[in-house]
Amino acid sequence: MLDIKELSASIEGKKILKSFNLKIKAGEVHAIMGPNGSGKSTLANILSGRKGYEIEGAISYEGKDLLKIPIEERAQKGIFLAFQYPTEIPGVNTNNFLKTSLNAIRKFRGLKELDSLEFLKLVKEKSKNLKIEEKILSRQLNVGFSGGEKKKNEILQMTILEPKLAILDETDSGLDIDALRIVSDGVNSLRNKNRSFLIITHYQRLLDYIKPDFVHVLVNGKIVKTGHSELAQELEKDGYEGVATAR
Amino acid sequence: MKQQELEKNKEYKYGFTTEIESIRAPKGLNEEVIKFISKIKKEPDWMLAWRLKAFTRLKSLKEPNWQKPKYPKINYQDLYYYSAPKSASDKPKSLSEVDPKLIETYKKLGIPLQEQKRLSGIAVDAVFDSVSVATTFKEELTKKGIIFCPISEAIRNHPDLVKKYLGSVIPITDHYFATLNSAVFTDGSFVYIPEGVRCPMELSTYFRINASETGQFERTLIIADKGSYVSYLEGCTAPMRDENQLHAANVELVALDDAEIKYSTVQNWYPGDKDGKGGIYNFVTKRGACRGKNSKISWTQVETGSAITWKYPSCILQGDNSVGEFYSIAITNNHQKADTGTKMIHLGKNTKSKIISKGISAGFADNTYRGLVKINSKANNARNYTQCDSLLMGNKCGAHTIPYIENKNSTSSIEHEATTSKISEEQLFYCNQRGLNQEEAVSLIVNGFCKEVLQQLPMEFAVEAQKLVGISLEGSVG
Repeated sequence: MLDIKELSASIEGKKILKSFNLKIKAGEVHAIMGPNGSGKSTLANILSGRKGYEIEGAISYEGKDLLKIPIEERAQKGIFLAFQYPTEIPGVNTNNFLKTSLNAIRKFRGLKELDSLEFLKLVKEKSKNLKIEEKILSRQLNVGFSGGEKKKNEILQMTILEPKLAILDETDSGLDIDALRIVSDGVNSLRNKNRSFLIITHYQRLLDYIKPDFVHVLVNGKIVKTGHSELAQELEKDGYEGVATAR
Repeated sequence: MKQQELEKNKEYKYGFTTEIESIRAPKGLNEEVIKFISKIKKEPDWMLAWRLKAFTRLKSLKEPNWQKPKYPKINYQDLYYYSAPKSASDKPKSLSEVDPKLIETYKKLGIPLQEQKRLSGIAVDAVFDSVSVATTFKEELTKKGIIFCPISEAIRNHPDLVKKYLGSVIPITDHYFATLNSAVFTDGSFVYIPEGVRCPMELSTYFRINASETGQFERTLIIADKGSYVSYLEGCTAPMRDENQLHAANVELVALDDAEIKYSTVQNWYPGDKDGKGGIYNFVTKRGACRGKNSKISWTQVETGSAITWKYPSCILQGDNSVGEFYSIAITNNHQKADTGTKMIHLGKNTKSKIISKGISAGFADNTYRGLVKINSKANNARNYTQCDSLLMGNKCGAHTIPYIENKNSTSSIEHEATTSKISEEQLFYCNQRGLNQEEAVSLIVNGFCKEVLQQLPMEFAVEAQKLVGISLEGSVG
């Protein structure tokens, strides 16, 4: 599904990713762990199409050159980014935003656009499953949301938009145990043989709830170690430095 | 149609001209032309005398020049002051008698002239090139004693009301463009809501400039008698044209004791092309008098068109406890200019006013909010709240906020808040990442920014206005 080859990326002359390689097959869950400044968020940004990076190397998504696809089309083709810091958009109703987004994506996929009633029914069901209070949906998008509410809202969007490749950029940071469970339930309920996840995190904690197929350790813009879910526990014990040096 | 023209039409959605033979007054501004207009309108002598008085006054007035947008000198002798579709001298008795070409134009504009109207509950007094062609729903309104007709008709049939109120809010001595309008106005709407009557539907007029080189001088007069209520909608589009066109309308509102008038405008006239060539000059005088106690006048405007928009819908809060409101969205793109705002003149006790202004500027455009809040010495406990928000797109446009405050009463309270912001890259990226393209994203964010004003519009209008907000800013973010 996703094949990243020799990816190097820099911003304002500063090199962040260096000869980065990663392959994700359909249905797989990959976790990327690494210390601050190792390039985790840069990877999420590049995959979703944020501007401002100088990029070398190749990324193929479903056999196409991802770097040539505009941001919104990547989203329409199934790439979803759960933002580390979701943006506030004053005056825009959360429900309305989500409906506009869903219909843009459905239109691209050749599906019938949902009318307000159909959409509300869907949202009601999904938010109930995730135990997200409906009242946040009638508020302005992310305005005045607590950190936890913002993250839960990202996960709700993910479950409604049904992406093919979901990238979670430190969705777990700043969450209490209950919110963490909601986020994990959201991810686990969406797991299937066609859908892949790239989970970026600092801590092993999230991976107690979501069992990844692969764990990669990213240090200084490079994957220094790849393993299975036990690697996350190792990291917790020995720290990034320990794992990075003990090759 | 040639390819090039097709392209042009794509740029301005409402850019088409209907080929209808026009009757025109000869070019130029003089007594003869005014007499011609008065005659063709079959006006009584007092009306002609009123016009000529205004014209005499006009000769001693100069065009104001304190506004921010400057414009090339207008040669008033080179304009036509009257133009009417030929078929109108033979007024149709029903819709089936209306020139099918006109109907076609209305359809293109999306005016629901037939059965849809009944369903949407709108009565349309459609003004096509200065002459009202079809007035609908008249019967239902007549039953309630409501008068809703072309002002030319009101001058003939309701002279007492017209004599009493015409020019009572905007006197013929007011200022250059208002006085010009008084001398040469061609048509417009007249509304009278009798005592205690709540108008059962939104009254609506679509204005449309059509014949080439015709300045438009509309005149609207709305009177809400004691305890009555009316909501009036005005919306306009114009066909594409190269030379500039002057539009100087006058709108007068009078609210008596306990009456309420809600006046909503969606203005979408030809703004000129991308390089600032052509477009309408929209120099309009709109003023409402809250003459009675507990009366209320509320202006809502969505201004997206015209090369230059220059207007200040105002409220004179004369009656005790009267309320004035002004909700405005002004969008300027490419080389458009807007200098708009309001005047709230507090004369009575416990008068209240509220101003919410949202200015959006993109491209090379320049957007000015200019407003006056004046509290007179007798206006005890007067209150005003003003909020002016500006949104900038790109780095070549301008936004200015010029609030004037004159307070002569120490028991009053005046609040003013202002913000200036830009659409952030973060917001755009977030929307793009959720599958929205740049234009959809801008439209969504800007609609959010304007929400407080859009909410004031009647339902039917709000949907149209939201679309318009998006269309107006197309191509503004590269």
